[in-house]
Amino acid sequence: MDWRWDFTFETVIPRILPGLWVTVEVTVLSFFLALFLGLFLMLAKRSKISFLAFLAAEFIEFMRGMPLVVVIFFLFFVLPMAGIYLPPIWTGVLAMGVYNSAPAAEILRGGLQAVPKGQWEAAYVLNYPPHQAFRRIILPQAVGPVIPGLGNLLILAFKETPLLSFVAIPEMLDTAKRIASETYRFTEPLTVVGVLFLILSLVSAVFIKIVERHMIPEMRHGR
Amino acid sequence: MTPRPTAMLIPIAFLGGLYFAVFSNVASFLPALLNGLTVTIQVAIPSAILAYAISVAAGLGRLSRNAAVRLMSGAYVEIFRGVSLLVILFWLFFVLPEFGLTLSPYVAALLGISLNAGAYGAEIIRGAVQAVPRGQYEACVTLNMPGWRKYSRIILPQALIIAVPALTNMTIELLKGTALVSAVTLVDVTAAGVRQNQLTYRTIEIFSVLALIYFCLSQVVRFAGALLETGFNRHLRTGRS
Repeated sequence: MDWRWDFTFETVIPRILPGLWVTVEVTVLSFFLALFLGLFLMLAKRSKISFLAFLAAEFIEFMRGMPLVVVIFFLFFVLPMAGIYLPPIWTGVLAMGVYNSAPAAEILRGGLQAVPKGQWEAAYVLNYPPHQAFRRIILPQAVGPVIPGLGNLLILAFKETPLLSFVAIPEMLDTAKRIASETYRFTEPLTVVGVLFLILSLVSAVFIKIVERHMIPEMRHGR
Repeated sequence: MTPRPTAMLIPIAFLGGLYFAVFSNVASFLPALLNGLTVTIQVAIPSAILAYAISVAAGLGRLSRNAAVRLMSGAYVEIFRGVSLLVILFWLFFVLPEFGLTLSPYVAALLGISLNAGAYGAEIIRGAVQAVPRGQYEACVTLNMPGWRKYSRIILPQALIIAVPALTNMTIELLKGTALVSAVTLVDVTAAGVRQNQLTYRTIEIFSVLALIYFCLSQVVRFAGALLETGFNRHLRTGRS
């Protein structure tokens, strides 16, 4: 084994760092897309129109059983056929957003269900209009239980971005593969990518712990 | 909560299948997909078994009284949960030869997937073992049970019952993970689908069949998990002695 530090520092790291930026960008954008779609999915699943609820439930179940790669390839090949030409990165964001919307919907649903039914009844008794009851009473209480789950989802999304290298989006792993195919050295690029992933997911896990502590009132008061 | 009306899926799937069979020239790509499916299953089943073994070992290791064992299994869990599966697969296949250890594609896929899933499983097992009531441990001490028998006869069987739903989800994740083995040059069902897409351009049909295959596989896993759960909980049921 020969590990070359000069190669690592002069070629690999300067080229992988822009890839890291793409990774973070895709992660964050797709996470917000997933939250947005997940909110609608969750509302559809809870709706009184049984057909809508059925469709949402089946979509969630379907997405949870499908690998992300299949979604990525599907969108990549089908969108152009439908006449929609997006830049590759946006297709990647779309694929990951749609894919992660199913778990996001489940997490959000869990948060809403964790709010005791008595809160709805109390709001009703106090003559709150339903939308205001939802916004003022229920939603603030649903935020706390949701945060750990969404944090995990964010880290999971971060770890799923390498799959976008299958369709040559220039994120970290794709850059590493490109360096490897130019220089015939796999060791340094792939190890650097692995170490970066490890560091970033550990750091973000700690970060999410801190956010949890600040956002969930019960935890802040040391229960 | 009412049960999911999955029954409606069956006629939809049947009509869809009929449409495919008539209009889309399935024969041009289906055999290749089925070949890929055998590879997917050949990877998924052994790596699931390996992953369960790793989960139990590492999960118990994290609770060990020996600090070195605890540290090692903790490091294992953090590393393999922190790095994404695709990077692990690439690393095992392309970098390990540099260290003088060349793996065949199949072994690399098996190891990568099971090590990754095992790290998640270890946390599940740890949580489940910790969820076994304290009194069970105390009862074992009172009955003077040796440590290994305490675990094999009393603690683990109860922990497994608690862990089954989470392990089912882990198995589905593992199944989805096998879609990445094309990274180590195995041609699984996804890779076969992509290849057939390049040959026949039947994009929508191929990927719909692919999605259906994965959906069916994950439903099989979910069904097996539900069966196990009812089987394990048999003693809790009332009305039948």
